[in-house]
Amino acid sequence: MPGFDFSNYNRNAALHARGVPLPKATSTGTTIVGCIYDGGVVIAADTRATSGPIVADKNCEKLHFIAPNIWCAGAGTAADTEFTTALISSQLELHSLSTGRKPRVVTCMTMLKQHLFRYQGHIGAYLVVAGVDPTGTHLFTVHAHGSTDKLPYVTMGSGSLAAMSVFETQWKPQLNKEEAMKLCSQAIEAGIWNDLGSGSNVDLAVITPEKTTLHRGFVKPNERTQKLKSYKFKRGTTAVLNEKVIKKEEMGNYISVVELAEETPASGDKMEVDT
Amino acid sequence: MEFGTSGVLSEDGIHVDMDRLKKGEVNLGTSIMAVTFKDGVILGADSRTTTGAYIANRVTDKLTQVHDTIWCCRSGSAADTQAVADIVQYQLGLYHMVNGRPPTTQIAAAVFQEIAYANKDRLTAGLIIAGWDARHGGQVYNIPLGGSLHKQPYSIGGSGSTYIYGYCDANWKEGMEEAEAVAFVKEALKEAIKWDGSSGGVIRMVVLTEKGADRHLYLPDSDYKVRHQ
Repeated sequence: MPGFDFSNYNRNAALHARGVPLPKATSTGTTIVGCIYDGGVVIAADTRATSGPIVADKNCEKLHFIAPNIWCAGAGTAADTEFTTALISSQLELHSLSTGRKPRVVTCMTMLKQHLFRYQGHIGAYLVVAGVDPTGTHLFTVHAHGSTDKLPYVTMGSGSLAAMSVFETQWKPQLNKEEAMKLCSQAIEAGIWNDLGSGSNVDLAVITPEKTTLHRGFVKPNERTQKLKSYKFKRGTTAVLNEKVIKKEEMGNYISVVELAEETPASGDKMEVDT
Repeated sequence: MEFGTSGVLSEDGIHVDMDRLKKGEVNLGTSIMAVTFKDGVILGADSRTTTGAYIANRVTDKLTQVHDTIWCCRSGSAADTQAVADIVQYQLGLYHMVNGRPPTTQIAAAVFQEIAYANKDRLTAGLIIAGWDARHGGQVYNIPLGGSLHKQPYSIGGSGSTYIYGYCDANWKEGMEEAEAVAFVKEALKEAIKWDGSSGGVIRMVVLTEKGADRHLYLPDSDYKVRHQ
């Protein structure tokens, strides 16, 4: 049978019942947002990847390509967002080739929700899908269990509450491109500063009927600066108690050296084979 | 998927989770209803969807079209009810093309029941199907959690419905005029939203008659008085 193997899940559940702690999956505490404006759509993300309390990557990419006119921001399990978007991206391109039409955002959203629903939430991908197609500008959220929402502005991930508070106080109908970009970047910054799972920089993508522009590092409010002082130890800080020099000729005293015959290739022991 | 703090090992050594909704699943803690009246049927719903204590969407549309004049109210898991409604929409579209005539509300309800009952162990879906067709006029069918099917003159559902059983029983009348029925649905949902914490936002309505589908929207800003859309 194709699909996931749940035997380890059952083993872990049985072990957990006897008090053994469960293994932890890597997930990205994240802030991702999206906002429609007059003439297109903007999506943005922070760039911190975490595994437990450790910052695994200070500048990762959470804006994923699906089609030239459709992009996706991902939160949840890092590997799942990466592979789910890649899978749907190729399926959508094949679909586009076979129909001879440009890919549509609703098609992409439907393929994502049906894929995620089939896996009943075990694929931990939480996505913001945005794009422009012949039917217009679209913005969706897709949850791991397969539910979708259609809204003019959206937020997801652990920083979604901080980001939504920016949208709920600043958003107005009929934004222009610059206003939408500023609003999205401010929403991500709210996540960067107020959510422990989010941090580092703002990545932002603007999708219009003409073209998509990806602004990698749109805002970099956490640049590493030159240290004010050098913390290198001075030479001679550590006292030398004794010193001993081994010459190349004396190497045989410490390790065994075997000279190989000419033309004989080095090889391991012969493998035992059943006859 | 994460586990709770305590584990229970049942006799066969399999961990059994009795929680209906999986952790982090999007929930439609809801107030929904559908009411027949003289010329057709009215569907009504609040607009709140929640993930735990967070409102994931405050302007949700829980009234979903599955055919021209057959709609449904969704409650329970958002993912489950959307998946079921998408399948039914496909089936009814196919039915119309194969038979050359639109499906009746009863047929739509039967298709819903088939899916709800066959997958009863895997679904958390409470549905109210309402529609208008030329032969039977306005009809309301209710499909609760187990997958049974009940034809009713009016139906209420979701967590908020518990607060309005008394109101609806006292105020519903057979063969109301459209304006009267709209007011009945609105007042009932206002009460449900007022008392149920899992319900809220705007009130959405769809009026299904011979003339087709008519959408209503009422905002809390104006005490749900003014009609938009």
